[in-house]
Amino acid sequence: MHFRFSLSGPPVPSDNLVEFSQVEFSYDGRPILQGVDMRFARGKVVAIMGGSGTGKTTLLRLIGGQLKPGRGKVLVDGGPVHGIPHARLYAIRRKMGMLFQFGALFTDLTAFENVAFPLREHTDLPESMIRDMVLMKLDAVGLRGAHALKPAELSGGMARRVALARAIALDPMLIMYDEPFTGLDPISVGVIGNLIRRLNDALGATSVVVTHDVQESLKIVDYVYFLAGGKVVAEGTPQQVRDSGEPFVHQFVHGESDGPVHFHYGAPPYGEDLGLGDR
Amino acid sequence: MINALANGIRLIGHRTIEAVWRLGAATRFMGLVLARSAMAFRRFQLTLDEIHFAGVLSLIIIIVSGLFVGLVLGLQGYETLKRYGSAEAVGTLVALALVRELGPVVAALLFASRAGSAMTAEIGIMKSTEQLSAMEMMAVDPFARVISPMFWGGFISMPLLAAIFSVMGIFGGYLITVVIIGVDSGAFWSQMQASVDLRDDILNGVIKSVVFGAAVTAIALFEGYDAPPTAEGVSRAVTRTVVTSALAVLALDFVLTAFMFTGV
Repeated sequence: MHFRFSLSGPPVPSDNLVEFSQVEFSYDGRPILQGVDMRFARGKVVAIMGGSGTGKTTLLRLIGGQLKPGRGKVLVDGGPVHGIPHARLYAIRRKMGMLFQFGALFTDLTAFENVAFPLREHTDLPESMIRDMVLMKLDAVGLRGAHALKPAELSGGMARRVALARAIALDPMLIMYDEPFTGLDPISVGVIGNLIRRLNDALGATSVVVTHDVQESLKIVDYVYFLAGGKVVAEGTPQQVRDSGEPFVHQFVHGESDGPVHFHYGAPPYGEDLGLGDR
Repeated sequence: MINALANGIRLIGHRTIEAVWRLGAATRFMGLVLARSAMAFRRFQLTLDEIHFAGVLSLIIIIVSGLFVGLVLGLQGYETLKRYGSAEAVGTLVALALVRELGPVVAALLFASRAGSAMTAEIGIMKSTEQLSAMEMMAVDPFARVISPMFWGGFISMPLLAAIFSVMGIFGGYLITVVIIGVDSGAFWSQMQASVDLRDDILNGVIKSVVFGAAVTAIALFEGYDAPPTAEGVSRAVTRTVVTSALAVLALDFVLTAFMFTGV
């Protein structure tokens, strides 16, 4: 049983690992998120979908405490991640793993050294044990045999799997994925999708997947949030999403070029731009 | 006309605000580098790796440049001093010029173009490929783990490189004047020994090289960290590192020389 502590009363049991309450965020005065409410239940794989530039990656950075909301609260494991001391934030981050869009592997280290990095930084384990753990993590993503390769020698899909092995090196309670399927071939997409589900269940973790890939993510996630215009416009289980008649969800899931999200970027009348107004 | 004037004033204002903002950001950056320096000394291997990167890998360019500067100094000095009948004083001229000025300044300029530009590129690329963000998300502070050791690596390397540059320069001066031209070897060394003061010349030269090392390394790291995360952003940052470092070294040299040698 998990509890959320509050000053106003006794501990309240919380089934949510991450909670967003009325979160607002702006870049240089341009609003990105407006009054976002989200709940990420423990043990679940949750997808955040939406068009480019709708603030999906911003949500991950808010969870990791790399960005601070203008308003509202982000709670992780019942506690805030903003306005807390540096050491406390880093203690929370030790329980998180993040897979970046292109892996963000350290280019001067081998796959083995990349996965060993968090273990060496945060534990005093002997080198023999670190070796065993790294090989176990690499085996979990099917790349034990590639442990000696450097990132430049790995394909895009392999690099992301090594990055995933690194993200789970410390057995995190929360794993975040930033566009894990981008730029991968269909086989690699399937492999990464299966890994997300399998590792989440094996580690008893909670996963947040930011993605555009509707078909692959609907196969593996438990719940979906749709983000548009800085707000949550729809949410539900994969089946509810597939059956949804909501115009935005329908357009997104079926990849239609026009709908609530317009094909054309906002512009003055065409004739005016072509100088035909006076003729 | 009024519009052009207003635009001009607006541009000046914008540039001023930007400059003040960057100065503030650089100050905050250096504050963080110094505040997170404990790991650079606790895990000294990290700093040693950076000394290897910034110092050892710069040795070739420093040695070769120092030798050539010494050769030229010896040749020019001999030709000038010969007119006044004091060719034996060429050792003094070579040593003082190198230890007081050319050693620290030229070594710093070379250091900026070899090690400084590489530091900027490394940090800039680590930022643009999200390696620094990844480190943060792994609860590893990039300032403590990467940037501070780099700063101290550069800080320690620079005086050593300046010293090696000066030694090679003196050796070059000796080669050209004593071995090739035939100036008396005893006079060359004894006049140098009598004229070069440990505190006034050598120590002041070391102080200069320490200041230059701190300035160049700080500029290189800040430019890399502040670079826009694009290929063009990183390339511009590298250019800015070399240009800003060169100007900073020359300006600082003037200020330090004014205080050290002219009693301002």
